Amino acid sequence: MSKFKKKNGGELPAISTASLPDIVFMLLFFFMVATVMRQNTLMIDNKLPAADQVEKLDKKDLVMYIYAGKPSQRFESQYGTESRIQLNDKFADVSEIAAFIASERASKREELVPFLTTALKVDSKSNMGLVSDIKQELRKVNALKINYTTRKGDALAGLKK
Amino acid sequence: MAKRSAPEVNAGSMADIAFLLLIFFLVTTTIETDSGLSRKLPPLDDSQQQDVIIKEKNIFQLQVNKNNDLLLKTGGEEKVIEIKDLRKAAVDFLDNGGGTGADACKNCQGRRSPKSSDNFDKAIVSLQNDRGAQYDVYIAIQNEILAAYNQIRNREFRKAYPNLDMSFVEADKKYSDPRTSSSEKEKLKEKLEAIKILVPQKFSEAEPKKSN
Repeated sequence: MSKFKKKNGGELPAISTASLPDIVFMLLFFFMVATVMRQNTLMIDNKLPAADQVEKLDKKDLVMYIYAGKPSQRFESQYGTESRIQLNDKFADVSEIAAFIASERASKREELVPFLTTALKVDSKSNMGLVSDIKQELRKVNALKINYTTRKGDALAGLKK
Repeated sequence: MAKRSAPEVNAGSMADIAFLLLIFFLVTTTIETDSGLSRKLPPLDDSQQQDVIIKEKNIFQLQVNKNNDLLLKTGGEEKVIEIKDLRKAAVDFLDNGGGTGADACKNCQGRRSPKSSDNFDKAIVSLQNDRGAQYDVYIAIQNEILAAYNQIRNREFRKAYPNLDMSFVEADKKYSDPRTSSSEKEKLKEKLEAIKILVPQKFSEAEPKKSN
């Protein structure tokens, strides 16, 4: 009977890809929401030390970042291999920290200024001299809340001993 | 004239466009939030330059030289120690409770040696670095000292508030979590402050000295 006629050819129908854009858009929106754009281009090596007694640094808008470390390879010829400080997008001297903090404070609302934290992102191979110079500068401008940014991990594992 | 339906827009390339955007955001994404060791610097204030007399037994003095060796001076003893032994040494020192009379420490569970610290409040940890010392050694030491304090605070927190079934660190994390309701925060804050007063972090950092 023609009612039960087999369809000609047994091939499978093509899978509809019409919902593919929807899936991709879903992923896209997830990443758009979760994205934080990198604010600064690093010009230094910045391998953070590890620690396990860490606290989370929430409220990204209340954090000022100070980077320090050895200039990365493409800047080595220009700036040498000694550890340096990076503020925003350029290398800076210790004496420029005060001005940097002042400008950061000026860009925030006045009532938020006491809650500002300075995050020190210092390369694990830098020496303490530089770090304590930074800390001394911060004390001078009364930016006392600091956070040594670290990776999460075993603090003792990385030490060569 | 027959009605003509509008021609359908070909949406086949929609996926490609979305993929392009997706890949862009994938590449620029940094999801992780920063975390680290929070500290407070002492204010630079010349007005209060009075010397405080502290008994030698109440100081846990650490020195790091430019070769990243750690020297511990406490209770009239000097010895070079490894960083991995530091946490235990610091806990022993803080928890010693050698005080008598007004300085007696009823929460301490240490050896009560008269050569080590009197109580939590009197015990001071001091750290001095050489300028040439490496930053990751410094962070490791900070981490271990903080761990020692946290260990004691956890214990005291559990002892003081057994029905909460949380350690100090967990409670602190819950307190800073934005999802916690404000009434709960109030309650937690009170308890956290009480433990912070019971076991204060007295951690002093001397300015680094230059080595020759």
